[in-house]
Amino acid sequence: MAVPVTVPYVRYSTHGAHWFIGQAVAELVKASGVRKEQIDGLCLSSFSLAPDTAVGVTQHLGLSPRWLDHIPTGGASGVMSLRRAARAVQAGDADIVACVGADTNHVDSFRQTLGSFSNFARDATYPYGAGGPNSVFAFITANYMRTYGARREDFGRIAVDQRTNALRNPYAMFKKPLSLDEYMAARPISEPIHLFDCVMPCAGAEAFLVMTEERARDLALAHVLIRGAIERHNAYSEDPVMVRGGWLKDRDDLYAQADVVPAALDFVQTYDDYPVIVMMQFEDLGFCAKGEGPAFVRANDMTFAGSFPNNTSGGQLSAGQAGAAAGFLGMVEAIRQLTGAAGARAVPGAALGLVAGFGMVTYDRCLCTGAVILGKSQ
Amino acid sequence: MTMPLMRPARKNPMLRTRQLNLPPAARGRVALGITAAAAEGRFELQACEDCGAVQYPPREACHKCLSPRLRWQQQGGDGVLLSSTTLHHSNDMYFRERLPWRLGLVHLDAGPTLMVHLHGDVPDAVDPPVRLRVGARLDRTGQAVLIGFPTEGGAAMADDKMLREMTSDPKFRKVLVTDGKTAVGQAIVTSLVRAGADIVWVGHAEPWKKTADMQALSALPQVTLVPLDLTNGRSVVELAGAIGGKVDIVINNAEVHRTFGIAARRGIDVAKAEMDINYFGLLRLAQEFGPALRGRSADGEVGATAWVNLLSIYALSNFPPHGTFSASKSAAYSLAQCLRAEMRPAGIRVINVFPGPIDDEWNQHVPPPKVGEGALASAIVKALRDGVEDVYPGDVAQEWLERWRANPKVLERELAAGGS
Repeated sequence: MAVPVTVPYVRYSTHGAHWFIGQAVAELVKASGVRKEQIDGLCLSSFSLAPDTAVGVTQHLGLSPRWLDHIPTGGASGVMSLRRAARAVQAGDADIVACVGADTNHVDSFRQTLGSFSNFARDATYPYGAGGPNSVFAFITANYMRTYGARREDFGRIAVDQRTNALRNPYAMFKKPLSLDEYMAARPISEPIHLFDCVMPCAGAEAFLVMTEERARDLALAHVLIRGAIERHNAYSEDPVMVRGGWLKDRDDLYAQADVVPAALDFVQTYDDYPVIVMMQFEDLGFCAKGEGPAFVRANDMTFAGSFPNNTSGGQLSAGQAGAAAGFLGMVEAIRQLTGAAGARAVPGAALGLVAGFGMVTYDRCLCTGAVILGKSQ
Repeated sequence: MTMPLMRPARKNPMLRTRQLNLPPAARGRVALGITAAAAEGRFELQACEDCGAVQYPPREACHKCLSPRLRWQQQGGDGVLLSSTTLHHSNDMYFRERLPWRLGLVHLDAGPTLMVHLHGDVPDAVDPPVRLRVGARLDRTGQAVLIGFPTEGGAAMADDKMLREMTSDPKFRKVLVTDGKTAVGQAIVTSLVRAGADIVWVGHAEPWKKTADMQALSALPQVTLVPLDLTNGRSVVELAGAIGGKVDIVINNAEVHRTFGIAARRGIDVAKAEMDINYFGLLRLAQEFGPALRGRSADGEVGATAWVNLLSIYALSNFPPHGTFSASKSAAYSLAQCLRAEMRPAGIRVINVFPGPIDDEWNQHVPPPKVGEGALASAIVKALRDGVEDVYPGDVAQEWLERWRANPKVLERELAAGGS
C-alpha cells in the first residue's frame, strides 16, 4: 500500500461525487509518478454516485482497468477495498489498484440519503423521528452506559483527544481545541448523544494505491505492508441491542495472521462514527476486556504522543465525515504514520498499526466490521 | 402520568394558519402489511409458517430458515424496553416542529427488536427492565408506526402529545354530522357530545319540520342544527361557506335505504334516490368540505383531522334482497377510497364504517343480530380515538368480512342462494 492522498474536505459542495473521485485519482497519479494508463485496477466506494456505479466512473475519467470493484459499504469500505485489491494483485488480476472513497455533500443531500439509505431504514427507522444514525446510536450508547457504567465523560475523553490530534492535521475540518467542559456542555442531539458525539457530514475523498512490494520498490514509493486482515458482516444478529461487533469473532485470526499481540501495536485508527463504537472496538479488538472500555480510556492518553494513540488524524469526529471516504480516513492516516508522512502528529517510532472499519446502519446497528494490521516496510 | 388535554386557546385570526408537514411516508410493499393490519386496529408482524420465527423489519424471506412462506400474525406486543432516547434534532420538518420526541428500542417477547415511538407514560429504560406493550397505529400519513405503550394506562393516556398525532379524538373538536333525523344520527351526536366535542353541527334536510327528537338534540349546548340537503348542491355549498372553515371532523351518516333488488320494483326512481344521497351526496359533500378540511389539518392541537363515511357491509358483496342499496353503498365505498387517496397527502384520515344490518325500519325483515344505534355511534367515536381506517361494527359485519376475506366468490354464491 502506498500513496495516501486526501482531497481536502468542504462542508458543502456543488460538485458531484465524480469530481472528488477525479481529483483523488489525479492526486494518486501526481504523487506516485504512475501514469493514469498504468492503473489497471479500481476499487470504488461512494454513496452519491447514483445512477452511476464504478464502471460509469471509468468512462467518466478515461480509465481502462482490467479489474473493477464497487463496494458502497461506507465505514467498512476502506478495509474491504484493501482486502479485495490485495487479493487481485496477489492473483495477478491487476498490477496497480487505485482504492478510492469519495462523496459529495449538497445542502440537502444528507437528509435525502437518510430516508433512502436502506429498505429497513425506509420502513423501520426513518419514520421514527428521522434522526438518522443519531437515534440508533443513542440507543446503543444508553444501553452501554447502563450495562457497563460508562459516563459521558469517558466518551468525552475520546472526542477531546481526537480533537488534539486534529489540530495537527491540516486536512481536518475542525481547527479549534475542544475541552472536556465544552464537550459536556454541548447541546443534546438524541440523548445521551450530544453535539460532539456526532460527526459532521461533508464532501471529500481519500485514496491509496495497492501493488506488490517489488513494484513499490521499483517505483521508489514509500509503502506499508499488510500483515493481516479480517472482515465480517451481520455478526451477533441475535443480540437484541448491539453490545459487541464482528471484530470479536475474528480478532484471534487477525493477530495470528500478523503474528503479533495487541500490545505490540503502536497506534490504532478506529472507526469513530460515535465514541461508543470506538470504546467497543478497544474491547472487541482485544485492548481491554468487555466492559472495561470506560476504565481503559480513563487510564490512557489517546493523543498521537500518548500511551495509546487513537485516530491520529482527528478521526471523523474532528476531521469530518466525507461520506464513504470516512471508511478510508483511518487507512490513509495509517499509511502516512508508517511512511513518515504524518508531520506534526507523527506517532514516535510507529512501525505497526491497526485500522478498523464499521459500516452500514441499515436498521438498528452497523452490519459490516473489518480490521487490518499494517506494518512499516523494512 | 399524561396530563389531560386542556381546552386550547382560541385561534388568533391574525396569524397564518400553520401549514402541514407530514412524517416520512415511504414504505416498501412488504412493510405495508403492517399498515393494512393497523388500519383495522391490529398489530401484526411477519411469522414464518415453517419455523415459526417472528421477524421485523418485514422481509421477503424468513431470516432464520429462508422460507418464503411468511404470514401476518397478530402480536400481543409485550416486551422489554432495551433503551430509550429523546430526540432534540431531526432531519425531517414534521419532527423538527414537534421536538423533543421520545423513541424506544424494544425487545419483543416474540423475538425481534423494534424501534418505536414512546408513549409519555413509559419511563426511560432502567434496571430492573421496564416492561411495555407495543401496538401499531397509523401516523398522519396513514402509514403504520409502532408505539410503545405503558402496560397500564392512566386516565388521560389518550391525551399523550405523540399519540394525539396518530388519532382523531373528538375532544375539543368541531364536528359536522350530516343527518340528525335518524336514530343513528342522534346517537352519533350524543356520543360526540359525551366524548367532549366542542361544537356539533347537525344536518337537517327539512328544517321547517319540527320533530321532538331534533328539538331535544338542539337543546344540548354543544349542538347547532344546520340546514343541509345532500341532494341539493346549493345547500351543500351554502353550508360549506358558513362553517366549512371551522369543521374538524365530517361524519357523513346520511343515507337512503330501500329494500328489493332489480325485479321486484319497476323503474329506477328508488335506485336514483339511493344513489343521489349515498353516492352523489358524498361526492357533493367531499367537493365542498374537502378543500377546507385539507387546508386546516395542521391548525393547532385540535385542527381538522378526519372524515367518516357510514357505508354498509353490503358494500363488499351485493345482498340481493337489498340489491340497489348494496350497489349504492359499493359505489360510495369506491368513492371513499378516492377521497382517502386525496385526503392522505393533507394528513386527514378517512374512516369507512361498514356496519352489518342496522336495527332500523328498513331492516325490519332482516333477522338479528342487528347493530343498535348506540353501538354504531360508539364504534364511530372509538374509531376516531384509535385512529383506525376501517371498522366493521356488529356480528354480521364481522362474519361477512371473514367470509369475504376467505373467498369473495363463495360469499357471492351463498348470498345469491338466499343466505345472509
